[in-house]
Amino acid sequence: MDFTSLPLLSLILWLPLVGALLLMFLFSERSIKVAALLISLADFALSLGLLAGWRSTGAMQFEEFMPWITQLNINYHLGVDGISLFLVLLTTLMGPIVVLFSWNNIQENLRAFLILLLVQQTAMLGVFMALDLILFFLFWEMSIIPMYFLIGKWGSGRRVYAATKFLLYTLAGSAFMLIAIIALYVVTGSFDWVDLRGATLTPALEFLAFWAFAIAFAVKVPLFPLHTWLPDAHVQAPTAGSVILAGILLKMGTYGFLRFSLPLFPQAAVTYAPWLAGVAIIGILYGALTALVQKDVKSLVAYSSIAHLGFVMLGIVTFTSQGLSGAVLQNINHGLSTGALFLLVGMLYDRRHTRMLADYGGLWKQAPLFSAIFVLVAMSSVGLPGLNGFVGEFTILVGAFRVNMIWAALGTLGIIFAAWYLLTAARGLLFGPLDEKNKDLPDLNRREFWLLVPILILFFIIGLFPNLFFDKINPSVEALMRDVGQAAIVRVVD
Amino acid sequence: MIFDYAWLILLFPALGLLFNAFFGRRVGHKVAAIVANLAVALSFLMAVALAMGLSALPGDESSVEVLLWPWIHIAGFQVDMALLIDPLSSVMILVVTGIGLLIHIYSATYMKVDDEHQPMDERRYARFFVYMNLFILMMLTLVLANNYVMLYLGWEGVGLASYLLIGFWFYKPSAADAAKKAFLVNRVGDFGMALAIMWMFFLFGKEAGSLSFDAVFAALETASPAVVAALTGVTLLLLLAATGKSAQIPLFVWLPDAMEGPSPVSALIHAATMVTAGVYMLARSHPLLELAPATMTLIAWIGGLTALMAASIAIVQTDLKRILAYSTISQLGYMFLGVGVGAYVASVFHLYTHAFFKALLFLAAGSVMHALHGELNIDLMGGLRKKLPVTYAQFLIGALALAGFPLLSGYWSKDAILLGAFVTSYPLYAIGLFTALLTAFYSLRAVYRAFHGQPRDEHLYDHAHEQPRGMTWPLWALAFGAVFAGLLGLPAIFGKEFGFPVGNLIEGWLKPTFEGLSEPHVAFSTEMALFISSGFVALIGIYLAYARYVKQSGWTLSLQKALSPLQPALENKYWVDEIYFAVIVNPLRALARFFATGAEGVIDGVVNGVGAVTTAAGVGIARLQTGLLSWYALSLFLGVVLLLIYFVFA
Repeated sequence: MDFTSLPLLSLILWLPLVGALLLMFLFSERSIKVAALLISLADFALSLGLLAGWRSTGAMQFEEFMPWITQLNINYHLGVDGISLFLVLLTTLMGPIVVLFSWNNIQENLRAFLILLLVQQTAMLGVFMALDLILFFLFWEMSIIPMYFLIGKWGSGRRVYAATKFLLYTLAGSAFMLIAIIALYVVTGSFDWVDLRGATLTPALEFLAFWAFAIAFAVKVPLFPLHTWLPDAHVQAPTAGSVILAGILLKMGTYGFLRFSLPLFPQAAVTYAPWLAGVAIIGILYGALTALVQKDVKSLVAYSSIAHLGFVMLGIVTFTSQGLSGAVLQNINHGLSTGALFLLVGMLYDRRHTRMLADYGGLWKQAPLFSAIFVLVAMSSVGLPGLNGFVGEFTILVGAFRVNMIWAALGTLGIIFAAWYLLTAARGLLFGPLDEKNKDLPDLNRREFWLLVPILILFFIIGLFPNLFFDKINPSVEALMRDVGQAAIVRVVD
Repeated sequence: MIFDYAWLILLFPALGLLFNAFFGRRVGHKVAAIVANLAVALSFLMAVALAMGLSALPGDESSVEVLLWPWIHIAGFQVDMALLIDPLSSVMILVVTGIGLLIHIYSATYMKVDDEHQPMDERRYARFFVYMNLFILMMLTLVLANNYVMLYLGWEGVGLASYLLIGFWFYKPSAADAAKKAFLVNRVGDFGMALAIMWMFFLFGKEAGSLSFDAVFAALETASPAVVAALTGVTLLLLLAATGKSAQIPLFVWLPDAMEGPSPVSALIHAATMVTAGVYMLARSHPLLELAPATMTLIAWIGGLTALMAASIAIVQTDLKRILAYSTISQLGYMFLGVGVGAYVASVFHLYTHAFFKALLFLAAGSVMHALHGELNIDLMGGLRKKLPVTYAQFLIGALALAGFPLLSGYWSKDAILLGAFVTSYPLYAIGLFTALLTAFYSLRAVYRAFHGQPRDEHLYDHAHEQPRGMTWPLWALAFGAVFAGLLGLPAIFGKEFGFPVGNLIEGWLKPTFEGLSEPHVAFSTEMALFISSGFVALIGIYLAYARYVKQSGWTLSLQKALSPLQPALENKYWVDEIYFAVIVNPLRALARFFATGAEGVIDGVVNGVGAVTTAAGVGIARLQTGLLSWYALSLFLGVVLLLIYFVFA
C-alpha cells in the first residue's frame, strides 16, 4: 500500500481532536470511555503507518504543504524526520495508555477529562509535526490549555496554584519566542522551517533569536533554574496528567532545541553550548540529589525527570553523532520509564490515597507483580545495560566525553545518584516489613498490568535492538550536523 | 561447527528464567527446580563442548568470535553483541556453569524452607530460581563478551542479580539495606567502568569503534606516546570498577553485608563467581595494563593490603558466614596481587581453585545453619562434629584447602601467586606470606570453634540434624575439587625436575590468551624453598589455632592479651563503614537536603519574583494609560523635546 498518497500526518494529527468533538455527543459513561479508547488506539494504528512507509533518509518525510494565510506567507506545512518520528509514536502510544489508566479513577466529569486528553494529544502531535513557525507556535500554546485544566480541576492539593504556575511559566517563555518568530519573518519574509534553515542571519539577530527560543524551550525542558514549576505541576496533576507532562510535554523543549535552535541558529548554538551543557549538568546532579531526599514518591519521580532531561540536553549540545542520536532516543526512553513510574505511583495512590514513602513498605509480599514491575522500571530508569535507558544515556555520555572529559565524568556521577534515589524508593516501597495498613492492598489488576506491558516490552526492544531506532534517527542527525556545520569542533572525526 | 551454536549457552538460562518467571509459581516446587537446574546443566554441557571445540583448534588460532547481532551503531560507534570464546573465557564458563550447577542442585533442597524455617511457598521458591538463572545468564554474558560494552552489560546484570538475591528475604530490614548498599557501592565502581569505556572510544574510536578486545589491543600497537600515557588513566578507572565488583580496598564494604542473602547465593555469587569478575576483567585487559606499570603496581599493593586487612578482620569475627566473607575478600586480594605482579595464570588458577573450596565452605556453612535453625554464631556452637560428621568432614576439607595445607588445591594456587610476588617485590611477598599465616589460623579457628570442644548451647546442639541427601553429594563433588583441582596447575618446573608426564596444564591452556607474557620462574631450589616455607607457614597457622582453641595453652592466651590493643580496630572493621558515612554519604545527604528544602525555595522565589516585578511593572505602566488626552499630549511633547535634545547634543 502506498502510504505517501494519503495525508497521513493530517489524519494522525486531527483524529484525536475530531474524536474529542464526537465525545460531546455520547452520553453513557461506558460509551464515552470506549470511544476515547478506540480513537486513541486508531490514532496509534495510523501512526504505525509512518513506520511502514518510512524511507531511510535524513530528510523530511510525509510532508504536507497547503497555503493558509497567503498575505503573510503562513502555510499549513507538516513533516516528520528521524528526530520527530519517535516522538509522534510515543505520543500516540501514550494516548491509549492514559485513557486506560483513567478508566475508573476519574470521579467527576469523565467526559471533559477525556476530551481534554484528546485535545492535548492533537496539540502535542502538532508541535512535533509543524514545519511552519506560526503553526508550531499555535500548537505550542494550544498544548498548555488542556493541561492547565487537567491539573487545575482534577489535580490534588494545591492544584490551582500548580496549574497557574505551569501556565504562567510556559506563557512567559513563549512570549519571547513569538517576538523572535516575528523578527525572523521581518528579516527573511518566511515562517517556514525549510527556508529559515538556509537563511543567513546577522549575528545580532541570530544571537537574540537563539536566546528567545532557548528561554521558551528551557522552561519546558525544564533547565535549571527554570524548573520549579515542574515539581508542583507533576505532583498535583492527576496521574494521566503527570504521565503526559513527563512523557511528552517536556520533550517539546528538547525537541525545540533539536528542530529549531540548532539548525536555525547554529553559530549561537555552538557558542553557547558550554553554558547549556553547564546548566544541563547542574540539572543532572541537582535533580538527582534533590530527588534523593523527597518523602513523596511522586515528587521523587518529578525531580528525577529534571535529572534525566539534563542528560538529553547534554547530548544535544555535544554536537556529536553519538550525543545527538542518544539524546533523540533518550527523549523516548525517559517518556517510557518515567511514564511507567508515574503510572505505578498512580496505581498505589488509587489504592491508598497517599504518596508518602513512609506509608508503604514490604509490598513484595502483598503485591509481587507490582513490585517486580517496579524494580524493572527502576532499572530501566537507572540505565541498566540491556534495557532502554542505558542505550540513550551511554551514547550521550560517549558523545560528551569526546567534547569534554569533565562533562562526561559529572554526567556519569549522575548515574550513581540515579541508582541511589531509585533504590531508596524501592527500599521504602517494596522492602522491609509489611505495614498493617497495607495488609489488604490488592496487587495490579488485569487492566493495570496490560496497560504497562507495551512499555515494558519496549524497554527490552530498545535496550537490546536499539539499531531499529538508530537506523531511522541517525540519518536525520547527520543532516542536522551538516546544518550546524560544526562537526569540526569535535576532536575525533567519524 | 560447535561455535555456531555458542549462543545456546546463553539461551538455556534465559529460557529457564522466563519459564519460572511466568509459570514457576503454578507448577510446584519440583518442576520449578528441575527447569532451573536443567537450564544450568545444559549450559554446562555447552561449556564443555565449547572448551573441547577450542582444544581441537591449533594453539595460535584458539580464539573464536561469534557475532550475535549488531547492538549499538551510531556513526563510528559500532558495538555488537558478540561472543569471544578463548582459553580464558572457556575456563570462566566452565567454573560458572560447573560450580553453578552444583549450587543449583544444592539449592533445590536448601531453599525448601525459608529463613525462619517455615516451608517456602511456590512463588518465592520459583522467584529464587529466576534470580539464580538470571545470574548465570549475566555472568556468562560478562565472561563471553567480546567487547567492553557487552562486558559492562554482564557486569551490571550480575549486579542486579546480586541485589535481588541479597535482598531475597526482603522483609528483613538488614537484608534490604545490604542489597541496596551492594548495588550502590558497585555503582561507584561502575562509574569507573563506564568512563573507562568512553575514554577508550575517545582514544581508539577510529581504529576500534567496536570496542572489542581484539580491536582495542590491536590499536595499542600503533598508539602514540600521548595515548599510551592516557592508558594509565583508563586502567585506573578499570581498577576502580574491579575493586567494586571484587570487593577490594576501597570498595570492599558491601561484601560482608551481602551475607544477608541465602547461603547458596553467598557460595555462588559472593564467593565463587561474580566477585571474581574484577580479576577476570583485569586479566582480560592485560595488554592495557602492560602499558600502565603504575596501575600494575597499584593493583599489586591493593591486592596485598586487602588480603592482609580482610584476613586480620576474619580472625575476630564470630559469625560463620562473615568469617568466610572476609576470607573471600582476602583471597580475592591474592588474585589482585597476582594480576599486579603479572602472574595472570596464577591468578586465574587461584580463581579456579578458590571457586571449589570457598563454595564448599559456604554450602557447608549453609548446612550448619540448616542444622541449627539459622544460627551462625560460632560462640554458640562447639562439638558439632559428633552431630554433623558429614558436614564436619566437608567443612574441614574446605578449611584446609583455604588454609593452604600442603598438596590441597589452595596450596598450589596460592603458592603460584606468592612466587610471582617474590620475583617482583619482597615486601609484597612478605605481606602475602604473613596473610597465609593468618588465613590458616582463622580457617581452623572456625573449624575448632564450631565443631570441636563441648557444645556451648545445649538446646541448639540437641536439635541439630545432619544435612539431607539432596545437599550432600554436590558438597562431596566440591570437596573433590577442593582436594584435587590444584593438580591441573602443578608447577611446570616439577615436570622437568621430577619427570612428571604432564606439566602445568592450566598454564599451557591459557598460554594463547597471555601470549608473549612469561609467567615468573625461578631456579628450582628457590622454588622448592618457597613451596616449603609456605607449607610450613600454613602448618604454623593451623597449629596456632589448635593450641589456642583446642589445647587452650597458656602461652596463646598471653599472646592474645599482648595483641588485645588491636582488637577494637579489628572488631569494628577498622571503622571503614563509619568513615565512609561521615565523609561521603552524610555530606551528600546534607547537600541534598539543602537543595530540597533551602535552594528550591530560593530559586522558586527568585524566578517568581522576576515574574512579580514584571507584573508590577505592567500595572505601573498601565497606570500611564489614563485616557486623558491632555496627558497623552504632554507625553508626546516631552518625548519630542527629549529626542531633540538627543539629536542636538549627540
